[in-house]
Amino acid sequence: MTAERRNTAALRFVLPAAAAFVLAYVLQTVLDDYVMSIVNFVGINIILAVSLNITNGMTGLFSLGHPGFMAIGGYVTAILTLPAARKAMFLPDLPAWLAGLQAPFVPALVVGGLCAAATALVIGLPVLRLKGHYLAVATMGFLIIVQVLITNWDSVTRGPLGLNGLADLTTVWQVLPWVLLTLYVSWKVKFSSLGRTMIAVREDELAAQCLGVNLFFTRVLSLALGAFFAGVAGGLWAHLVTAITPSSFSLIMAFNIVVMVVVGGSGSITGSLLAAVLFTVLTEAFRPLEEHYGLYGIGEILMALVLILILIYRPGGMLGTREPRFLVDDDG
Amino acid sequence: MLEVDDIHVYRGRTYVLKGISLRVTRGEIVALIGANGAGKTTTLRTISGLLHPRRGHIRYRPEADGPELELDRLPAEEIVRRGISHCPEGRGIFASLTVRENLLVGAYLRRDNRGIEDDYRRVCDLFPILGQRAGQAAGSLSGGEQEMLAVGRALMSRPRLLILDEPSLGLGPLVVETLFATLADINRRGVTILLVEQNAVMALELAHRAYVLETGRVTLSGSGEELAADPEVRRAYLGGA
Repeated sequence: MTAERRNTAALRFVLPAAAAFVLAYVLQTVLDDYVMSIVNFVGINIILAVSLNITNGMTGLFSLGHPGFMAIGGYVTAILTLPAARKAMFLPDLPAWLAGLQAPFVPALVVGGLCAAATALVIGLPVLRLKGHYLAVATMGFLIIVQVLITNWDSVTRGPLGLNGLADLTTVWQVLPWVLLTLYVSWKVKFSSLGRTMIAVREDELAAQCLGVNLFFTRVLSLALGAFFAGVAGGLWAHLVTAITPSSFSLIMAFNIVVMVVVGGSGSITGSLLAAVLFTVLTEAFRPLEEHYGLYGIGEILMALVLILILIYRPGGMLGTREPRFLVDDDG
Repeated sequence: MLEVDDIHVYRGRTYVLKGISLRVTRGEIVALIGANGAGKTTTLRTISGLLHPRRGHIRYRPEADGPELELDRLPAEEIVRRGISHCPEGRGIFASLTVRENLLVGAYLRRDNRGIEDDYRRVCDLFPILGQRAGQAAGSLSGGEQEMLAVGRALMSRPRLLILDEPSLGLGPLVVETLFATLADINRRGVTILLVEQNAVMALELAHRAYVLETGRVTLSGSGEELAADPEVRRAYLGGA
């Protein structure tokens, strides 16, 4: 790659990133807090969809465990940022080293993400020997195990009551950099040897193996990478909603994120991003309709309908595996 | 170069290879022929580490004067690293990656970017169509072009021994002709080839030596011409009288 081309590649990222910051500033000044929180949800959903796209989309591991990783990241972040006084009140049985600890938000998010990624490495060892439907069921089992653990581990999680009154630390200035980082990392991965390998494993694992690809290593890495960003998203989510309970991270949520990836196009970063934006905005748009006419659940029904139609008429999703031409180097 | 010594292989509970022995000498083209279910593909997959023998040994000497390796316990990626490249049955191209990306996955274990680019150009010389279609999704290629891509991709790891499983599968006679001419060319450039073929006529014409497999055992072996002249082989595999 020549220096010149490297510059244009950098520009392709720097310009949209700068534009996003300007946009965030404008939105922040124009919109009220409620609409701004929706903007933040859009950002969190982008992180979720783009990171699941690494696992489900590029490597083809049908994982329903994403909310499980969010829950781990969310709880870890929440416990780390909770002031010592509140910890004494909520979680009197916390180990001493943790009870006295209060971390700033960003390091807490990073630790939350790392905990989620470490969990992915551990569960990956047994679970990633499975394929297809079996893997989906196993990751669903993982999600349920996480929920059960959180519900019963009173001394650390406060059980079914959850942790409420968390500080509202999640602003657009926290969300946006993480969105950009997620996009940047997954873009870099996709157009590297690792990303090609992931797609190769998805498309034909026997052939990939014949070429010297270590299937297991590739799969574990892609699960852990997705899990890291899911953990961070969980932390952002917890401090946006300012409360976190074991039922916050449900199978429905797993379904919703999978829908975003499938609708966007499995493997397409741009597709996941667009689908996450569309999905979040539409769900919010349906809310007044639901309340006004008492048609609760109409949003979900329409979403499911959209999914079915996409699977029938455009099974590759909006963008397939590719990215829009103007964003990609000519030699791919 | 490669010596397969009495390997016994099971796939699940099925006893597939009942003691196969064969050898490949440096610079040769060796063909395995035989009916469906004879164990040809299983033999290839055992050599490249996708399956492991229950008994028996596979010995491989990458350099003529270098040390000998035991392959039968090594994982597939270690075997690729040591210069054996396997082009699987049914091509196994990565449909949504471009032609160029497919070839680059073939060089997955290499880190010498300049060498990879050289080999990329070499593969494009060998199969000009791949160079012309470099930016196209591999899934949009025709069957013959996909096979060329699969062979080219296998060459990207710069193998000493190229293993091909049914390269002519589902291809028209003209395409097979071109493909086999290129295989002979690859062989002349110093790559040893071990191939499995249903198309016994073409295989025996191309190969220096061949083995006939029947239900998990080697029943005949000899030079390509010898086997092509053998009445048994002619009756069973060449459709001749």
